[in-house]
Amino acid sequence: MATVWAIGEIADGSPTRLTLELATLAQQLATASGGEAHTVLVGRDAAAAGAEVAKYGPSVMAVEADTSGVPTPNVVAPHVAALIAQHNPDFVLVGASNDGKDVAGLLLGMTDLPILYNGAAVSWGESAPTVEMSTFGGKLVTSSTFSGSRGIVIVRAGGVTAEPAASAGAVEQTSVEGVADLPPVRVVDSVAEAGAAAPIEEARIIVGGGRGVGSQDGFRMIEELAEALGGAVGATRAVVDSGWIGYSQQIGQTGKIVKPALYVAAGISGAIQHKVGVQTAGTIVAINRDPDAPIAEFADLFVVGDLNEIVPKLTEAVRARKSGSG
Amino acid sequence: LNIVVLLKAVPVVGTERLGGDLLTDRSVQLEANGNDEYLLEKALKLTEEHGGEVTVLSVGPQNSQEALRKALAMGASRAVLVTDDAMRGSDTRATVDVLVAALRKLEFDLCFFGADTSDGQGGVVGAAVAARLGMPYLSYASEIEPSDGGVRIHRLSTSGYDVLEAATPAVVMGTQLLGAPRYPALRGIMQARSKPLDTWVLADLGIDAGGVGSGAATTKTLDASKPPERAGATFVRESADVAVAQVVDFLAQRRLI
Repeated sequence: MATVWAIGEIADGSPTRLTLELATLAQQLATASGGEAHTVLVGRDAAAAGAEVAKYGPSVMAVEADTSGVPTPNVVAPHVAALIAQHNPDFVLVGASNDGKDVAGLLLGMTDLPILYNGAAVSWGESAPTVEMSTFGGKLVTSSTFSGSRGIVIVRAGGVTAEPAASAGAVEQTSVEGVADLPPVRVVDSVAEAGAAAPIEEARIIVGGGRGVGSQDGFRMIEELAEALGGAVGATRAVVDSGWIGYSQQIGQTGKIVKPALYVAAGISGAIQHKVGVQTAGTIVAINRDPDAPIAEFADLFVVGDLNEIVPKLTEAVRARKSGSG
Repeated sequence: LNIVVLLKAVPVVGTERLGGDLLTDRSVQLEANGNDEYLLEKALKLTEEHGGEVTVLSVGPQNSQEALRKALAMGASRAVLVTDDAMRGSDTRATVDVLVAALRKLEFDLCFFGADTSDGQGGVVGAAVAARLGMPYLSYASEIEPSDGGVRIHRLSTSGYDVLEAATPAVVMGTQLLGAPRYPALRGIMQARSKPLDTWVLADLGIDAGGVGSGAATTKTLDASKPPERAGATFVRESADVAVAQVVDFLAQRRLI
């Protein structure tokens, strides 16, 4: 009989895909334990975003709060901490986005609740969630749980498939008392960088380029293939260090860990530091001149050949197929 | 400008393993966590430019010392290792307690954390420590600079970056965009031998050994297993046109296009 909360995120007025996954997961865990689930949304127009999340089952606690001029986690975390003090939920799910991890960390400091992170798959155990995580660069899968009956779980994107429920939850405008102020941090400017690429965290398809792509100009063909497939562009650290694409697209140990349905790796050898970031992808297609590259160990399909020739042709073929069937 | 850099000594990437007790085996060769070294580099650059000293703080086993000695060789003035057998198996909460107590004994304007660690990848400890210390928390920094009476950073956003400001002392979590770490020069290695590397135990921090370690952990590892092997790659060695047709068929079969 556990009460499970999903802490959602609002981007441009809508819930993120990860938020819908968390709501689905909270409902699954609550149902398995015979308890109840809620999604908490804090921000401007929380109720409007809440209407979309409510379709996934849990009722929504929508808390209107002004996030302008302040980093979002610094607003969300104190509100959630106050709600936790007021309602005493058993388990709180937070997404493993940059903002989500900040919210979880601040909550850890403010509430002293136990925490498990890196949740790739979360299921209901005997009296608490069992959290599966990929450890040591994917060499091991460990499963962990809480000793007690309360805790915070940080959940990665792609662990569950967001599924609308048979009956939608209600959206309740919720007020919070006793919200503590965190030491002030001001956002004094927001700078948009030209050519900012589609985010990889929630992308269903990612085309990754490695050093084998050869040059910044060569990287345009990676972007074109990603566009044709309707996906995002990823890269190895070497490519980011060379300045061919921004750090936000870096996959791997010092970059992001992603779980797309399809990963196309072009000119990527598949070193351990990169493998860590992408090995749980549904399908991996490698394009590489060297059939002995380490990526052969974890790719599903390995095209041996010159990516300069293959990638543009593949882009063309994908476009042709899409326009033919669409 | 005095800066404390948190530096975790982690098993050399690729050699990590669990012991029979399902805890990370830290008796192996340890190295500085990659993400922490970017922050160390930034701290060294800032103090070279603006004056002040860099202290490296680590919590871990005795054999973390080699990684700390390297940080001293890179240019840090002082290293502190909090080590105590009682801490083995500590959960994240206990780790935060220890870090908070250690930081209270140090004087600093800025405290730097790396984005996460290669053996844990939680990425939440810096925020928790900041909240507990009652200090501003600024994260995902691609640039850090002192500003009038405080600190200004660039925080990565989905479309670029936000410029954040806060008063000091503050806690800053940063990324690899801060710049690649330097290699220790021979002169630095020589100098490091005479720099202070202090060791603190729990009693020095006023922390009760009963509140940390496996016995007090609020989370536990149930089991560990090898991930299911991927089936292995099917190789396509045909000419580009034939190969592309095969890839398209393969993706269509899996309903990916």
